[in-house]
Parts: sequence; structure tokens; C-alpha cells
Amino acid sequence: MNTYTIQLMLKNNIPDVTGKALEQDAKRYFNINTGKVRASKVFTILSDRPVKEIFDFAEQTLKDAILHDIYMDKLYMEKTFEKHLYMAKLPGVTDDEGVSAQKTYADYFNIHLESGEQFIFTGEYYYIEKSLSDDDLQTLGNDLLGNPLINHIEYGKLKSKIDYVPTVLIKSDIRIDKIEIDLGDDELIELSKNMLLSLDLKEMQTIKDHFLSAETKAIRKELGMSEIPTDCELEVLGQTWSEHCKHKEFNALINYKDLDTGEEKKIDSLFKTYIYNSTKVIHERFKKGGNDWILKVFNDNAGVVKIDDDSVFIWKVETHNSPSALDPYGGALTGIVGVNRDPMGTGVGGGKCLFNTNVLCFGSPYYNGELLEGQLHPRRIMSGVIKGIEDGGNKSGIPTINGSIVFDDRFRGKPLVYCGTAAVMPMYYNGKPSWEKPIDAGDRIVMAGGRIGKDGIHGATFSSLEIDEHSPRSAVQIGSPITQKNMSDFMEKAAKMGLLKSSTDNGAGGLSSSIGELAEIPGGAVVELDKAPLKYHGLQPWEIFISESQERMSFVVEPDKKSVLFAMAKDFEVELTDIGYFTNSGYLDIRYKDERAAYLDLDFLHNAVPKKYMDAEWKAPKLEEPGIVDADHNDILLKLMGSLNICSKDPVIRVFDHEVKGKTIVKPLMGEDGNAPQDAGIIRIDHKDYTGVAVSNGILPRYGDIDAYEMSAGSFDEAIRQIIAVGGQLPNPNKADGIFWTLNDNFCVPDSLYHEEKNPDGKYKLAQLVRMNEALYDMATYFNIPLTSGKDSMKNDFKKGNVKISVPPTILYSMVAKIDDVRKTLTSDFKEAGDVIYQVGKTYNELGGSECYALFDVLGANVPKVRKEDAKRIYDKMAKANKQELIASAHDMSDGGLAVALAESAFGGKKGCSIDISKTEIGALAELFSESHSRFVVTVSPDKANKFEALFQDDCNRLGKVNDEDEMHVIIDGKDVIQTKVRDLHEAWSNGLRK
Amino acid sequence: MVKALVVTGFGINCEEEMAAAYRLLGAEATILHLNELFQERDSIHNYDILNFPGGFSFGDDIGSAKVLANKFKFKKMRSGKLFIDEITQFLNDGKYIIGVCNGFQALVKMGLLPNIGGTYEQEVTLTNNASGKFEDRWVHCSITPENPTPFLNDPEIKGMDLPVRHGEGKLIIRDEEIRNMILEKKLNVMTYTDKNGEPTAEYPANPNGSELNCAGLCDVSGQVFGLMPHPEAYLSLYNHPDWAGKKRANPDISEDGEGLAVFKNIIKKIGNK
Repeated sequence: MNTYTIQLMLKNNIPDVTGKALEQDAKRYFNINTGKVRASKVFTILSDRPVKEIFDFAEQTLKDAILHDIYMDKLYMEKTFEKHLYMAKLPGVTDDEGVSAQKTYADYFNIHLESGEQFIFTGEYYYIEKSLSDDDLQTLGNDLLGNPLINHIEYGKLKSKIDYVPTVLIKSDIRIDKIEIDLGDDELIELSKNMLLSLDLKEMQTIKDHFLSAETKAIRKELGMSEIPTDCELEVLGQTWSEHCKHKEFNALINYKDLDTGEEKKIDSLFKTYIYNSTKVIHERFKKGGNDWILKVFNDNAGVVKIDDDSVFIWKVETHNSPSALDPYGGALTGIVGVNRDPMGTGVGGGKCLFNTNVLCFGSPYYNGELLEGQLHPRRIMSGVIKGIEDGGNKSGIPTINGSIVFDDRFRGKPLVYCGTAAVMPMYYNGKPSWEKPIDAGDRIVMAGGRIGKDGIHGATFSSLEIDEHSPRSAVQIGSPITQKNMSDFMEKAAKMGLLKSSTDNGAGGLSSSIGELAEIPGGAVVELDKAPLKYHGLQPWEIFISESQERMSFVVEPDKKSVLFAMAKDFEVELTDIGYFTNSGYLDIRYKDERAAYLDLDFLHNAVPKKYMDAEWKAPKLEEPGIVDADHNDILLKLMGSLNICSKDPVIRVFDHEVKGKTIVKPLMGEDGNAPQDAGIIRIDHKDYTGVAVSNGILPRYGDIDAYEMSAGSFDEAIRQIIAVGGQLPNPNKADGIFWTLNDNFCVPDSLYHEEKNPDGKYKLAQLVRMNEALYDMATYFNIPLTSGKDSMKNDFKKGNVKISVPPTILYSMVAKIDDVRKTLTSDFKEAGDVIYQVGKTYNELGGSECYALFDVLGANVPKVRKEDAKRIYDKMAKANKQELIASAHDMSDGGLAVALAESAFGGKKGCSIDISKTEIGALAELFSESHSRFVVTVSPDKANKFEALFQDDCNRLGKVNDEDEMHVIIDGKDVIQTKVRDLHEAWSNGLRK
Repeated sequence: MVKALVVTGFGINCEEEMAAAYRLLGAEATILHLNELFQERDSIHNYDILNFPGGFSFGDDIGSAKVLANKFKFKKMRSGKLFIDEITQFLNDGKYIIGVCNGFQALVKMGLLPNIGGTYEQEVTLTNNASGKFEDRWVHCSITPENPTPFLNDPEIKGMDLPVRHGEGKLIIRDEEIRNMILEKKLNVMTYTDKNGEPTAEYPANPNGSELNCAGLCDVSGQVFGLMPHPEAYLSLYNHPDWAGKKRANPDISEDGEGLAVFKNIIKKIGNK
């Protein structure tokens, strides 16, 4: 085997944007003057072919004749450069570009590649003009270009040759270990810790008792198995009983005390009490009213609702916070392609992804406080996450039609990365319901997609001390959107041809989770681990079973369909492997060659996890209003427009493709110049007709500092009113209109389990979580909006030594509503001079937790409250007014209140406005900046104003008119409170993220 | 009936809207995985027009559409033929090819555009935007009068608004000679302009810094047309970011998108043959 290197060097006349970017970013972020930088790409090729063939291959396929010169087995040298920086991948880290080069190698030589082993690796070699110190070069490598968790980084004087080859070599005996479990309590805890099982004493005791029981012993003896469990069995239990999979805290028995009222209650499972029950109540109402579009909730990868008689809508939103804190790019990328697989793997599978939506919570990119060891700067987290979502969404051909970014420095330790994906699936495949997941004993288990490596085994807890330079990295993973795109194209066709009986995603927990859960349906499974395709040799059986290697699905296939399915997979270049079959034995039976790696009672595996008990104590925080006097309203507005939570997200939005598939109707930015921010996104289902859906996200973490109940209720309202703003109408159980609304809840909270030293305010945090759930129940059942999927992430704390950075308790409500005719929807920008401007809904003195108060660095006490009855009446009127085509523009009021909504609508439509609020009971500051819920800025053509006012009555207030001036002028109580150029507001808004 | 073939696979992702363009106009569109063509279960010769849609074939690795172009040039089909030879035959038969975004990049990198020398030698390339990043934004394009391609052969249409969604759309021309030939033969059929219709090098109206402010090219025969903006993403009025404003200003405005014209023109041309 020969090792060749090929370097692609840009010709001198070609602009080097990669080199230039390094020059600029080094200066901007680290104040390092690199001088001129040139970037080049290096391919390391392991091949038996002679040098001439490899040279011709590189010359004809890797090189772009217009752009490059190539250098083989030696690097280009230029005396003007002093130093180099070389960035490659660590062994076992996904190198998609290398894989693509291998595909072109196979095409060029007309050979077929059988093995999954990598033989072409890529890297970037930078030439740096200035003689930078090793420290500076290391900073650029570690903190700007790469991440030591995934990158091999070299630097120093110029090199003549690259020697590094990231092949994976593992020296290990493949074997199944037996683990002694008849241990005392301390030893059980020790065992859990040593094996990274994350199980507590009670859970370990339950496992011990199970294996020591006479019944288990007898069964194992009969099979010739050891009495004590195998490593694989404990790993499967650790994975299945993890918080991630069993939601132990959301199912805990909680003792809740309200210290203010003395009220005390027991809550047996937050999930059952609030989430499951609210949906059940709502579903009953729709069934009774004859408007039953809910097909499936809570018992599959994602919920399913009915669009029409031909198709169903499936969607899921979840988080990928911890991986994104470690490696922002890889974490977000696997987050987005991971959530794609949820709707793809719901029911029979094969749904076609319709849109993505992302909500991101970061610390300020301008943060200049200290960083803990291992903590990345918020700016770096932000840029990495955005790049990950860009690659994950764009390369999969799924439009990102809506999203939101929330800044709060408490997200600087762990960012929140919410990724959501919706898909559309035919309602029936060959007359069989697509959303059902039938599995019978005898059906084959077929694994599809990527191969298995050590990726994601025990996630971040894997210590870097235990690995040498040829060990594959397991802590972080990089997704491969193209591998998955091939697979999703394949699944769509295979499902339509009736070749798939059911499918599911191999996500967290890998095969252990996916097969372990599917096995519950027929009541058993046999998995032959030695058949599973590996990326490289040396994986232990238990590692194969729990690996989280990406881009994998598991299919349930009837034996007689196997050969057609496998032949079709060849066309799509998707690797399929038959790894076993389903049974009704009642056991999860895992084999490696002739040996049993695990034989676990399914009932024990899924139902024996002991219940958790937790304590919650609520005491309302003592807060007061700051009493701001003599405020300069012009100055406040200008500052608000440029503040992080309000300013334009244009630089982020535009790197996401929001209109691939040609069906997006309301994009994040609209209007003549693309400057008008919108409330909800709207997309058509198909090019054939104008049926569509609106999607929105409600998230208001800062209100939780005052009251978690109002924070949760307000976030819920925000999600509804965004959809109302674009022309949606509320669901109605008593009218068979087929208008579905579906909701995903996503809780992200700090550790809420009380501990005297480690978590002294755990009871308060848990009380906050309870209150968030109470609001969820109240809002969902009031508005009849069911939760069709959801997720909870319970430990969002970044710890180092004694320091802990915890996220504020946060809930994201992601909503989708069916839109009958997307042509009848609304945008936020002012349309024509002369249009009458109304405020719909009432403003209260509710500046508590507002962006305005944040400017003064105060919290306040008057948190915005949701008045459900008012909200519902207003939303019904909005839908009615839209049906009568009375509305020219509508924009929901949220961060920054009325003043910000007016400014955005004005510059969105390249217009101005003059406003006169003749009488105020709450003062100008609150009129302008209070963030009271359920309000809109609406414009109406003058000839429709009377009709509009007759419909809204007291629910609207005529504020003024749109004009063609470059001015926003607001008079309150006869005084000029705002008089400013719209252009200046727009400029401040545009530059918030560009400082 | 006009028969359009839309190829897909390997990360191509605009096949659905490309096919929709033809179907909306009453033509027949078939979406086919490229491997089905390489396996020769179907042939491009059964169709009138070959469409290379946008997307991220092979993740833009090694350079956008590079791996795809290599496949067309080097990978043998089931019977041992090369795809590029099939394309030559297809064009010799007087048929048409359009490539959008990633499809345009593939046509350029396999030497089909502008192919002034007639030997499929690469004469131009499409590479990193001057901004250094991928962007989704709408641009104004003018259409070169009296240009040679039937895709844009409608004197009524002087320009159109279209979205661009790419990271590698900057056109770089090999040398002065090619540049002069492009201008002389009016092969730079589509140009980024400002709001007033004047060609511009200024970002973001020119989103990538292309030479000649060029948004689209055709070959000397006019049969092959490639462009970075997405006409298939503006089939309906409601794709435009200012559809609500346009509708308010003109309540009777057509619900067709401006991009539909490209497909209308070619269907008409083929239908008239």
C-alpha cells in the first residue's frame, strides 16, 4: 500500500476567500496579525496503484483546471510565508469530503468499492506570512478553525510533506465480559460509575435483584448462560433506563409545596398529568365534535395528524444541547439531520421532509467575561451551530422556513439548540395505514445507511486520557447529510413500493434503543451483531449495539420482500444489512457469532425502572417595579432596535436555504427589499394546490425570572399569535373544517433534583418546572391545541470545579396549523401610504422582564399575563377579518412592544407612520414598550376601516396612518414621544449582529 | 407532448419543483435517479429536454458539482458507454439541456458550457462567492437581447426576479479569448442588475462577484443553458418575497411566477418543431 498526498493550490490570479477569511477572523477575534494567508486542500490517498495513475486521477478529477495547480507528494513552497497550520481529522471522525473523493476514485477507475474503510483523507494546509508564535498558531487551530476533539492540528515552520494519516487501529480482543453483580451498595455505585452507566443505587439494586432471582437464574442456566450479567446486558440497561430514554424525572412522583399559600399536592408524573392528559381531553373533544384529525400521539418517533384523505403530517422538534456545547458544528449538524430521521422513521416510514425550523439560545457573541476550562466562547458556539444547521439543512434540501434566536448570558455554558423537522407521508401505502407500525414475529431486521463505529458511545463522558493517537473519537460526531439524503430518497420510494413494513430511527442509544423499542411490538427480537457493518475492526459486541453512529435507520421487512428491497438499495447506493429477526419470545436476544451477548426480559427492560421521588417548593420571588422617569423614548427605541434579541437576524437567516422545493410562501424576511421580519412561516404542501401550513415558535425564558407559569403561558400565546398574525384560524372541535393545529413542547431546564450541597435551590427549580407544566395544561386545553410530540432536557448546566452555569428554565412551544389557502395569508410590512394603523388587543403596564427594562438592567415585577378569554376573542376576530379581506398587514407585538412592531412594519414596507395615542392610563413608556400578550399592529385600507372597526369594536384602537415619509412619529397624551428617521431605526436594527 | 427528464440522486434536491414547472405547463416530466440511467433502464434519448436541477450533489465536496461532473465524464454505463457521449448524441439530435445552480456547476465543470472550443474542455468555472458564504436572497436579472438560447427567446421579457441560493456561484473565465467569445456570441445570457435594470458588480445585487456580472450562460448552439438563480423556485407569484405588496398594488396580477417563462419558452420551441 502506498501513501500519496495531493495538494490543490489556487492559482495566483484566483481570489482566496478561505485564506482571506482566516486573515480577517484572526485579526477580529484574537487580534492576531497573520499577514497574508493562503489556503490549500490536501488529499492523503492510500492506494496500491502506481504513482502515474494517481497523478492522472488527481489531475483529471480533483483539480479544477481554471482554479488549481497540483503538487504531488510534496507541498508547494513560497519563501514569503514563514509558518504553516495544518488541519486534518482525527481517526474515525467523519470525513465526508474524503468519502466523496473515494466515490470519484471509484468512478474514475471504474471499480466497485465494497469495504467501508476509508482510504482518502482530507485536510487544509495554510501558509501564514508572519512568523506567529506557537501559542498564536495553536489558538488559530484550536479556537478558530477547528476543535481538538475532532481535529488533528499541526503548526510551525513550513513543511515539505504531510505525514499524518488518520487510519483507525484498535488493538483489542473481541469478547463478551461477565460482570459480578452480587455486590454491596457501595460497590454497586462504584460499578455504575466505572461502566459509565449513570444508574443510581436503587436502579442498580433492581438490576441485582433481577439477576439474583431464582426465575432468571433458571432461564439463564437452561440457555447455558452465566448467572451474572454480561457487559452488553448492563450497557443495554444503562442506555434504556437513561434519563434521555425513560424520562425518569418527567415521570417522577413530585411533592409540590406552595410556600406562599401553604398549598401542598402530589403530582404523579408531570408527563401524564399535564402533557398526556391535556392531549387526551382535547382529542376527546375533537372526536365528539366530528373533527378528528389526530391519528397518532406519543407512541412513535413523532406525532401524526391528517392533512386530507391522501396525506398525513408528521413533525418533531428536539434539542441537541450538550453535543453543541462540546463541538458546536458537529452537535448542531447531528441535531438537525438527527431530527429529520424522526418523521422519516414514523409508522411505516418514508415520509418526505417538508421543512426545518430551528430555535437557538446563545450567550452574547460580545461576551467579554471569563471562560471556564473547556468552555467555548459564545460567539464560537453561535458560529459553529449556525454552520452546522446550514450544512445539515441545505445539503438535505429541506427549507428552513422559520426560527428564532434568543440571547441571554446564562446560555453561555450550554447553548440550547432546538431542531425541528416536518414531513408529509401518503396516508396509505397499498391501502394500508402509513402511520401504523405493524411488526410480526419472523419479520427481518434490516439496518440501513451509515456503518457503525465508536461514535457517541457514552457520549461526552469518555475521557481523553484513555485514548491514543489512533483511537477513534467517540465523544463528538459529525453527521453526513449526503449519506442521509440518499437514504431518505431511497426510503420514500421503497415505502411507496410497499417494501417496508415499518421503520425507525437509530438515534440516541443506537440499535439498543431502536430494536429494543421495536421488539416490544411483536414481543421479542434476535439480533446477530457479527453481521452488522462496521467502519473499522475492533468493536466489542456491546459497542456495536449501543453505538450512536449517524445516518442509520432500521427497517422491518417481510422475508419475501427482502431481495427486491436490497436490489433497489444498490441503485440508491444505500447499504442494507440483515441483522436479525423479530420473535414473540418475550426476550431481547443479542448474539455475537455463537455466543449470547444479552438475553433480557423485555418486560423487565422496559417496565422495571424504579420510580423517582422529587421535592418542589414554590415561593414567589420578591420583586418590584423600578420606576423609570424622564426616559428618552427615541433613544430607548434606537437602542432596542440594535439589541441582540430584537435586531435583524439577516446574516443568520440568509445562510439557511428557506425556499428549496419552491413552496415557501411566507419566509422569515419578506417585502420589496427583503427587510420585513415575519411572525410565522408558511409553506405549501404541494405544487398542485394552495393548501399549506403555518409554523411558529414561542419562547420567552426571561419572564421565568418573575414567574415560570406566566413565562410558559406567554410562550404558548406567542406561538399562537404568530400564526394568527399570518392569517391562521384557531382550531374548532365543533366544526368539521379539518383545520389541524399540532404542538411540540420542549422543556430545557437546569438540574432540578434537590441536593443539599450540589443543588441547594433544586426544589425551587422543580417548582418552576411544575408551574410551566400547569400553564401548558391550561393553555392547551383552553385553545384545544394538542401536544403531538415533545421532549425534555433536564440537566442544562455547565460545570467546572465549583462553578456552575445554568440555563434559565426554558420552554419552547413549536406550533403548526393548517392553512386552507396560502394565497389568503398576511405579511407584516406596511403596504400603502394612507392605510389606517390599528392596535388590536390591549396594552397593560407589563414591562416586567421586558427588553426595555433589560436596557436599564432591571427585571421589574409586572410580568405580562395571558388573558385567555380576551386572546381567544381577538384571534377569532382576526381570522374573521382576514376572511373578509379587511387586513393589509399584521405584525404580532412581542419583544420591544408596540414601538418595535411599528418600526419593523414601517421599514419592512419602506414607509413611515404617524401615530397619535390621545389618552393613556399607563404612561408613555408602557404604551410604547410593554410586552403585553395577544396584541397586533394591523393596517387596513381606508375604504375598509369602518367595516374593520365594526368587527373589532373595543378590541381595536385606531393609532394613525401609514405615510411615505422617512419618519416614525408618535404622539402620546399630546406630547411627541418618538420622532425619528425610519432609516436610522433600520440601520440600528440591521447592524445588531454585525458589530 | 413535450417530455422532460429531470435527473436526481446523490444530493440533488430541486427535482420536485423542476418537474412541477413542466407539469404546470402541461408537459410530461419524469424524475429519474441517475443510477437508473447508468444502469440503462431508461435513456435520455426518450426525452426532449434534459434537466440538471440544483442541490448539493456529493455535498459540494472537492468543489461544487465536481464529483457529479467526474461521474458523467469517466464512469462507464452498463454497456460500457460514457454518459458524456450520450449527451453529445442528444445534442446532435437537436435536443435541449438546462442546468440550474448545482446543475449549472456540473455543466460548466464537464465542459458543456460555454464549450466554445467544442471539445468539452473546461473554459470557465464557478467557485466561492466573493462574500465567502452561502446565501439565499432574491436578485434582479436582465436577459441579454437577441441571445442565442430558446430558453430565453421572448423579446417581451427583458428581465426577471429570481432567488439565488448558493455558496459557489462566482463565474471565473479562463482567459481573455474565452471572455471575448462569450461577449461576441452573447453567451452571457443572464446578468445581475440593480433595481433599475443596470448590470452591477455591487453586493448584494450581484450576490457572488461573477465576472461580467454573469448569472447564466448558454453554449454556442443555444441548446445548453445554465444559470445560478432558480427559475423553478419562482413558478408562482406567491414565491416572491413581495407577493403581498405586488398584489396590493395590482389586484389583477397574474398568479404565475416570472421563472415559469423559461420553461414556457422551451416547451413552445419544442412544440413548434
